[in-house]
Amino acid sequence: MSKITSTLLLSSALALAANTVSADTLDSVKSKGFVQCGVSTGLPGFSNADKSGNWKGLDVDVCRAVAAATLGDASKVKFTPLTAKERFTALQSGEIDMLSRNTTWTLTRDASLGLNFAGVNYYDGQGFMVKKNLGVKSALELDGAAVCIQSGTTTELNLADYFRENGMKYKAITYDTSDATVKGFEAGRCDVLTSDQSQLYALRIKLKDPKSAIVLPEVISKEPLGPVVRQGDDKWFNIVKWSLFAMVNAEEMGVTSKNVDSMKNSKNPAIARLMGGQGEKLGLSDDWSYNIIKQVGNYGESFERNVGMGSPLKISRGLNALWKKGGLQYAPPIR
Amino acid sequence: MSEPDSGLKPSKPAFWNDPKVRALFFQVLLIVALGYFLMTIVDNTLENMRSRGITTGFAFLDEPAGFGILQSLIPYTEANTYGRTFVVGLLNTLLVSGLGIVLATIVGFIMGVARLSHNWLIAKLAALYIETFRNVPLLLQIFFWYFAVLGALPSVRQSLDLGLGIRFNNRGLYLPEPIPENGFSIVLWMVLIGFVVSRFVKRWARKRQDATGQPFPVFLTTLGLTFGLPLIAFLILGSPLHWEFPELKGFNFKGGMTIIPELLALLLALTIYTGTFIAETVRAGINSVSHGQTEAALALGLTRVQTLRLVIIPQAMRVIIPPLTSQYLNLTKNSSLATAVGYPDLVAVFMGTTLNQTGQAVEITAMTMAVYLTISLTISFFMNWYNKHVALIER
Ligand SMILES: N[C@@H](CCC(=O)N[C@@H](CS)C(=O)NCC(=O)O)C(=O)O
Repeated sequence: MSKITSTLLLSSALALAANTVSADTLDSVKSKGFVQCGVSTGLPGFSNADKSGNWKGLDVDVCRAVAAATLGDASKVKFTPLTAKERFTALQSGEIDMLSRNTTWTLTRDASLGLNFAGVNYYDGQGFMVKKNLGVKSALELDGAAVCIQSGTTTELNLADYFRENGMKYKAITYDTSDATVKGFEAGRCDVLTSDQSQLYALRIKLKDPKSAIVLPEVISKEPLGPVVRQGDDKWFNIVKWSLFAMVNAEEMGVTSKNVDSMKNSKNPAIARLMGGQGEKLGLSDDWSYNIIKQVGNYGESFERNVGMGSPLKISRGLNALWKKGGLQYAPPIR
Repeated sequence: MSEPDSGLKPSKPAFWNDPKVRALFFQVLLIVALGYFLMTIVDNTLENMRSRGITTGFAFLDEPAGFGILQSLIPYTEANTYGRTFVVGLLNTLLVSGLGIVLATIVGFIMGVARLSHNWLIAKLAALYIETFRNVPLLLQIFFWYFAVLGALPSVRQSLDLGLGIRFNNRGLYLPEPIPENGFSIVLWMVLIGFVVSRFVKRWARKRQDATGQPFPVFLTTLGLTFGLPLIAFLILGSPLHWEFPELKGFNFKGGMTIIPELLALLLALTIYTGTFIAETVRAGINSVSHGQTEAALALGLTRVQTLRLVIIPQAMRVIIPPLTSQYLNLTKNSSLATAVGYPDLVAVFMGTTLNQTGQAVEITAMTMAVYLTISLTISFFMNWYNKHVALIER
């Protein structure tokens, strides 16, 4: 069981490591020649391996962006599929260099796990999916329902809060993998499957008959999802943070994977800065952001390709539109 | 004749040459070294966790948990503490292992004996059962029972009606719950009294049989006393008990007792899987008793059942108990596969959800390991005691 392995790894790392040095992740990535990235075990649109074993998705693109920035090649990523329960120990123990797996930024995780959140690549909120034939129209009709959830998630806590707040009862059937959760829902073990809304859409297309289920309108929580790194390696923290920011800034300035080469000579000083000259401060080469945009694309391209209209999920930008378009995606300036 | 006193007494060696002192010295040294090593590890771990910004300590046990648990043997709500989630998980582990051990033992003994049966069909069926279920990985069996068998049951609204108010659907087995009324405790007392009295009867019957050779139907008397006595009391008191039946309300049945499918699936899989190993142990045990014993017993006029019960099994037990112990330990440890189907055992609740919400992997893993160690040692201890009890007393 990989949970046990990572816990053992963590314990031995903690027990034996000399206690002053904290490893330099960038150095180790450069000498390995790839980024080891923790992703989900399979969530269409976010991180999912296709038939030939290629990982694709919005979260995967963050890993690829970091690989492009540090190694100049977006394909130099190795993926570690992790369930919700396994993810933090895998990161703490050094099994992975970064975690990009629909992970909610919360105070407890940020402050007590020895981790840092490097930004938000998807603003989400928790929702409910029910079988259509139950005839339920609102989450407030769910008193007494059996609810399937995945363990080790913020979902478990929000669910308890929501039902308590509304004076309703529920039975939580808690599985440790998303596959079992979906199967339990399909087999009728529960009336409701709850998770972040984006994941509900992703899991729904995994159902045998996706049309048999609907997602209820209520959103009961804030789920800012983003990449995570270990505390104590600020250089690496900065690299992951700014790789994501570069993608968002590129979209804002209209730089795409298609026009990036022509933009290299742009007269616009902000674009010129985005295209080069800032790498050294991050400990990277000057073409770090060019490589990201050229090989992975800007945030908008990644969104449309993986979860937006160019994908089976067909999620609209909503909260994830740029701040200029009424959304929340806002990256600090590159200067 | 007296030895000439040479003045050479067998002198005591210097104390540093005394083997006893030396042995003690090295043992103490080893313990000190080991203790120092462990302390360094613990110390280093704590220091490293602090420097990496990971919270340490057991303060989290007093914080509110904030998540729901599917099945709890003690009252539990989201407002209870993480410490209580530990107890809830532990009790669920004990429940499924305890039931599993009892059921697997029953299945194992029946199948082990059946495989040696003279009836061809029974023997072959038992062999088929053992060979099939012993060779399929347990996790697969758990999934099979959970998703393929129990998952295929009808939905709530089309529940199977098993009579007597028992309903069965893909959400579980719904049983009427007995609700005791005033005076029911008297009935329970009668059970105890009946049981104690029947122990005395057994002793008396034994003495009499030793003295006169006259047998006495001890088993039937015991049955009559432990069940008959309470039954009479129950009727005299005017049936101080009523049943609460499960009723369909909203999404599901309410009232009565529910056995969740997660528990059923896990229990079925553990019982059937471990049962095969116990059956083989039992077969080996019985085979270890020489056939001459059977012939002798039959020649003395004992029936086949009597031979099995009075001659073979008691001797076979000595061979069966030690491997049986390890099967019990295996079953207990295997019960942690619960997490795969969402049965809220210690590993699923405490090492799963609680660990994730608090992030205190080292503390929680240590506590969980300590629990399994304690359970294992308790089972071993008990089985060793029992083994001594049945072991051959050399005369
Ligand atoms: N955002 C939440 C929930 C994340 C989560 O694990 N969601 C499940 C939905 S069922 C999932 O993505 N599972 C995929 C997997 O385990 O591979 C969190 O960070 O706790």
